[in-house]
Amino acid sequence: MALDDQAKRTFKVVGTRVGRPDGIDKVTGKAAYGADITAPGMLHGRILRSPHAHARIKSIDVSEAAKLAGVKAVVTGADLAIPDDEGFADIAINCLARDKVFYDGHAVAAVAATSKSIAKQAIRLIKVDYEILPHVTDVDAAMKPDAPAVQEGRALENVPAGMSQNVTTRCAFGHGDVDAGFAKADKIIERSFKTAATHQGYIEPQACLATLGSDGRGEVWCCTQGQYMVRANCAAVLGIEESQLRVISSEIGGGFGGKTSTFIEPVALALSRKSGKPVKMVMTRDEVLRATGPTISASMDIKIGMTNDGRITAARGELRYSGGAYPNETIEMGAQAAFAAYDLEAVETVGWNVMTNRPKEIPYRAPGAPTSIYAVESVVDELCQELGLDPLDVRLLNAARKGTLSAYGPTFNEIGLVATLEAAKAHPHYTAPLGPNQGRGLSCGFWFNFGGNTCVSLNINDDGTVGVVEGNPDIGGSRASISMMAAEELGVPYEKVRTVIADTSALGFNDITDGSRVTFAVGLATIEAARAAIREMCRRAAKIWGIDEDAVLWEDGAAVPAGPNAGTHPPMTLAEIAAVAGNTGGPIAGHHEVNADGAGVSFGVHLVDTEVDPETGATKILRYTVFQDAGKAVHPDYVEGQMQGGAVQGIGWALNEEYIYGEDGRLQNAGFLDYRIPVASDLPEIETVILEIPNPGHPYGVRGVGETPIVPPLAAISNAVSRAAGVRMCELPMSPPRLLKAMTG
Amino acid sequence: MAGGKEWVEVEASNFKQLLDALEVKHPGLGPQIKRGVSLSLDGVIYREAWFTEIGPENEIILMPYMVGG
Repeated sequence: MALDDQAKRTFKVVGTRVGRPDGIDKVTGKAAYGADITAPGMLHGRILRSPHAHARIKSIDVSEAAKLAGVKAVVTGADLAIPDDEGFADIAINCLARDKVFYDGHAVAAVAATSKSIAKQAIRLIKVDYEILPHVTDVDAAMKPDAPAVQEGRALENVPAGMSQNVTTRCAFGHGDVDAGFAKADKIIERSFKTAATHQGYIEPQACLATLGSDGRGEVWCCTQGQYMVRANCAAVLGIEESQLRVISSEIGGGFGGKTSTFIEPVALALSRKSGKPVKMVMTRDEVLRATGPTISASMDIKIGMTNDGRITAARGELRYSGGAYPNETIEMGAQAAFAAYDLEAVETVGWNVMTNRPKEIPYRAPGAPTSIYAVESVVDELCQELGLDPLDVRLLNAARKGTLSAYGPTFNEIGLVATLEAAKAHPHYTAPLGPNQGRGLSCGFWFNFGGNTCVSLNINDDGTVGVVEGNPDIGGSRASISMMAAEELGVPYEKVRTVIADTSALGFNDITDGSRVTFAVGLATIEAARAAIREMCRRAAKIWGIDEDAVLWEDGAAVPAGPNAGTHPPMTLAEIAAVAGNTGGPIAGHHEVNADGAGVSFGVHLVDTEVDPETGATKILRYTVFQDAGKAVHPDYVEGQMQGGAVQGIGWALNEEYIYGEDGRLQNAGFLDYRIPVASDLPEIETVILEIPNPGHPYGVRGVGETPIVPPLAAISNAVSRAAGVRMCELPMSPPRLLKAMTG
Repeated sequence: MAGGKEWVEVEASNFKQLLDALEVKHPGLGPQIKRGVSLSLDGVIYREAWFTEIGPENEIILMPYMVGG
């Protein structure tokens, strides 16, 4: 614990910028991603997808496809089990539809064939008789009582009677007398906002290679954020035992939350079970966009009251999120996060989840928070403009700090928001001059962070090197960070430690790589595993020296006598103890299993300058600076990378990215030519400022940093564009046509 | 879910006892507890730790189960 000790601690390895262990493999093409593995006799799988937004499946005729030479198996929804658990059942039905298709791109059937071209030909021979149903893709339209019901009977007990069947969840958070608070305000602004669904935009499409024998034993190689999650989902929907399925995670070409579920692995296993052959499946970009998780689309109303000197008197928000065709919990995260940055006497947030005929929403960095905080931070900025107040001073005046009763319930402990705001205010960016058609915007951001179930094994090798085995795919540099923390604790050079990612048969259960949890939780478990190994090494040294084990300490990578009474034995290094491990009791290892808590919430502030073109409505990002509390930055390069990456993804979300649906309910832009993510030429250098306010819940003070950076960009950019354009923007993305229309009235 | 109450009182010395007691005293909370909840203890969020000790001096907040990306 000992927060004071952490602040004073001098690190030798942690905090340095060591070489990344995966760098050479990735730049030379040696790294093995999801699509890079083959097997003898392997078949190629392909999925037939619905061309309709909403339809009943009257029949599926696979006979012609099955007859095609080279086709070895055809599966439909009937080949997957529907588990009792609703979450697993939704995954099964999303992998292969049963009675209805819920969205354009919903999987209907799949084939495995001896070549990709035969598989492609075969799915064209599958005849599906659809009864087309009315559809709804807009969240507000889907809430109307007479809207087409995407699914029936999915509302939780907290949804009032009489609402559309598409409304599945209601949640509410807050405290204080909001109406009394508004009565004290000098200025009240109430605005409505809309945000489009955006995709996580990872470069590597989902891919897997799966085998499942008639004996019920199988293996899956896949790109995922959680091999144990893949195992659990596949076992549930295939009706097999988890112990019989081994899942190996490949290198991963981006996840951002989008690889926290399964889409093709159960289908590939079902095809393998039927054909008796390994089956490889690789999604196309079109499939990724049509059928894997975008984030939510949202409609929101925000009302905030403020005094003339900038004190917020009350705040109210109503959020309507659509997570596609299934219930989900993202609204609860968004509603809790909305006003988290503020110390408020009176606040109320109500959230609704609404089903629409869109793909199943999958988390996207800090799920739910970017949109709600975008709406709140936009209204705060407009109040500052209207009252002639400095937006940073207003945020400092109202900032949440230690002792603040947060808008979502808990009283904050040590948090870094004020320090982050002060760093932004002191930075030269904040006072740099602006030119014509240019505007500056800022926004606070927040994310909860969490820890979770974690196992780590740390092996002391006989040559004095160290192997760490952990169970979370490395999507943000965790192998380097974990090795650094092991090296720090053991007192050995970073180069002596190698961290590898275990498959599901090699290590106990680990939660998925999400919630900004890995550097925090796996790091904590690694430190504890190292301490266990150190205790054993001290015990071995004590045996060799013939002294009590309590009389041995661990200093700078070696066992030393605790004091003069313990004798004058020279230090025994880790390598010296490892070399005689066989003589002193056998191999030395440490391990630790924990459900880690105490992750510590995270705040960030983004500052951005934009220039708008009054003739085209195009926006240029001129300058961008990210300020964030990392607790302790284990490897600053990776922390900066997370901060820069979040800013870049947020730039795309704010300016261009959106799922565009036609009148027919079909996705109109399922490709990177029409779904425009930012490229290097769109961007300035993203400046970063890391603050380190230690997290008391971690031995080194670490906080998760992976999600907070996606939260502030939406509002920061919208505020900058609104000031540059002279018109308040309330809808994302602010694409050139939309901005031009707003500017020209 | 808890009869419109923002704050409720039950006797418990750890999270497991707290959740069990809440289900008995406020059955409306039962479905949410079964779906999963996170608990905040003096501002620190716990997702599943049943046997975390609590006392009258602690602030305990019941929250939805956390998910992330």
